[in-house]
Amino acid sequence: MKAIYKRELKAYFQSMTGYVLIAFMVIFTGIYFMAYNLNSGYPYFSYVLMNINYILIIAVPLLTMRSFAEERKNKTDQMLLSAPVKLFDIVMGKYLAMTTVFAVPCAVFCLFPLIIKSFGTAYLKVDYLSILMFFLMGCIYIAIGMFLSSLTESQIIAAVTTFGALLLIYLWGGLIDFLPTSNVSGIIGTVVLITLLAFIIYRMTGNWIMAGITELAGVIIVTVLSFAKASLFENLLVNMMKRLYIADVFDNVAVNHLFDVSGLIMYLTVAAVFVFLTMQSIEKRRWS
Amino acid sequence: MIEVRNLVKKYGAHLAVDHLDFTVDTGQIYGFLGPNGAGKSTTMNIMTGYLGATEGEVLINGHNILEEPEEAKKCIGYLPEMPPLYMEMTVWEYLNFSAELKKIPKKERSIQVEQVMELVKIVDVQNRLIKNLSKGYRQRVGLAQAILGFPEIIILDEPTVGLDPKQIIEIRELIRELAKKHTVILSSHILAEIQEVCDYIMIISHGKLVASDTPENLEKLMSGQQTVEIIAKGTEDVVKDVVGRIGGIKHAVYENGIEKDAVGVSLTPEAGLDIREQVFTEFAKSECPLLMLSHSRTTLEDVFLELTQGAIEEVQTNEGDI
Repeated sequence: MKAIYKRELKAYFQSMTGYVLIAFMVIFTGIYFMAYNLNSGYPYFSYVLMNINYILIIAVPLLTMRSFAEERKNKTDQMLLSAPVKLFDIVMGKYLAMTTVFAVPCAVFCLFPLIIKSFGTAYLKVDYLSILMFFLMGCIYIAIGMFLSSLTESQIIAAVTTFGALLLIYLWGGLIDFLPTSNVSGIIGTVVLITLLAFIIYRMTGNWIMAGITELAGVIIVTVLSFAKASLFENLLVNMMKRLYIADVFDNVAVNHLFDVSGLIMYLTVAAVFVFLTMQSIEKRRWS
Repeated sequence: MIEVRNLVKKYGAHLAVDHLDFTVDTGQIYGFLGPNGAGKSTTMNIMTGYLGATEGEVLINGHNILEEPEEAKKCIGYLPEMPPLYMEMTVWEYLNFSAELKKIPKKERSIQVEQVMELVKIVDVQNRLIKNLSKGYRQRVGLAQAILGFPEIIILDEPTVGLDPKQIIEIRELIRELAKKHTVILSSHILAEIQEVCDYIMIISHGKLVASDTPENLEKLMSGQQTVEIIAKGTEDVVKDVVGRIGGIKHAVYENGIEKDAVGVSLTPEAGLDIREQVFTEFAKSECPLLMLSHSRTTLEDVFLELTQGAIEEVQTNEGDI
């Protein structure tokens, strides 16, 4: 793992990607910092972070696009996969290298609250917690980007799909508002989700009996419940989708100054899930 | 030692490797020979753990490549068809990374990298970026990476492709040198190369192992088909009469009209029999002049062509490649 981590990190700074990315993030944050904190005199740095969290949508795809797509294209993955190294170590080595690059601008951010403090009152606890959550949110995005990069040979496709996925996550909060809240729509939505699940099961296992049973069982449960207690489905779709609103946890810390541990656990879990999926996608390619 | 048992690899409906079975013993040079698309690279990729097999198993020194991948992979050095090089690194950096990846202890790392660089003669380019190197040098860097750590088994997929003749000779010498201490498996679609270097040849066609033996034995295997061609003056009846007196002939094919007043005969003797002298004396006794006597021996090339015939017709391999 250490060998891969070191090589990756070096590669980011030999190919300029690392420097460009760090400079880009620091400059943008600096501009917002100047506008909000220095000119308008707002004492929370967390407010700046909340407003710049859209730059992750641009920065993260640039960071992650080459991770696995490039290896696959240049066939250097043959070297890694035939070396006496565990797949987990390969993926983690790369993932940690990317989070390290991302950690550099986050470390620079830590200076901003101190600057505010030198002018008067600063809310260090909130600000540093926001920076931490900002970093963790970036880690999720990086895991997603790495996963998408492992699916393709083309860096461009990796970057574009990652951009799309992150944009969707960014707009998620707004999109949820468009969801209908009635009982019927809740029932239909649940059935659609179950069908989607059954389809994924079919695609992954190739076993249509298992997919069929999942679909059937799901539909029966939904039907029974809808007759027994229809109110259960009111707002169900919105509530379910809200759980997937990743940026919400960060916003709570940054704006409402509310830190919730379940959100932190969710962040770590989502990142772990995508690291795991990356391993699976590489493993799958070996077998097909 | 490598044991490959009943190996099958399917790409969708396409059968790339078809129930392959063989063992590789220590201390010899093995050659995988086959036309393009025969499944050589796929087999090698499975043996090194890069690909998974659809069926069957690979044991490296008793370690299953799937169940104990790390132990198995430690015994192997692999140079794939396209050397897996990181273009933005220097040769020295790259080899150090490879050494670390192969878990060579820190103390030995720089010594081993030095040794390997000397072996493949890349010491003078060690500080250059790999992307600035020529194809030949890149191939050597790839080879260095495979040798690094001096694993028991070294697998080379078409190691001499794209090199100039001098470099090819150098690499061949290097392979012979390596074979003194290691088992080397190399693949090629060039017969001459395999014949030159290998102690043992495995011919693969359509994912199947069609023959595996030493080069000499492979030639012997086919020697039943060696023939003696003659052209004798006289009518067909006279020549038939003379031929009838020669012992040990399996069958004879007569051909008229090659030359005026002469008959051409193609004689196939029984396996392992040399009938040339007999042919001469019998014809001399009958005062039937021989205008030509030639002996056609099967070469390894014929064996290769014969065994991979189907594949060549289908794929229409470029003759020059074989």
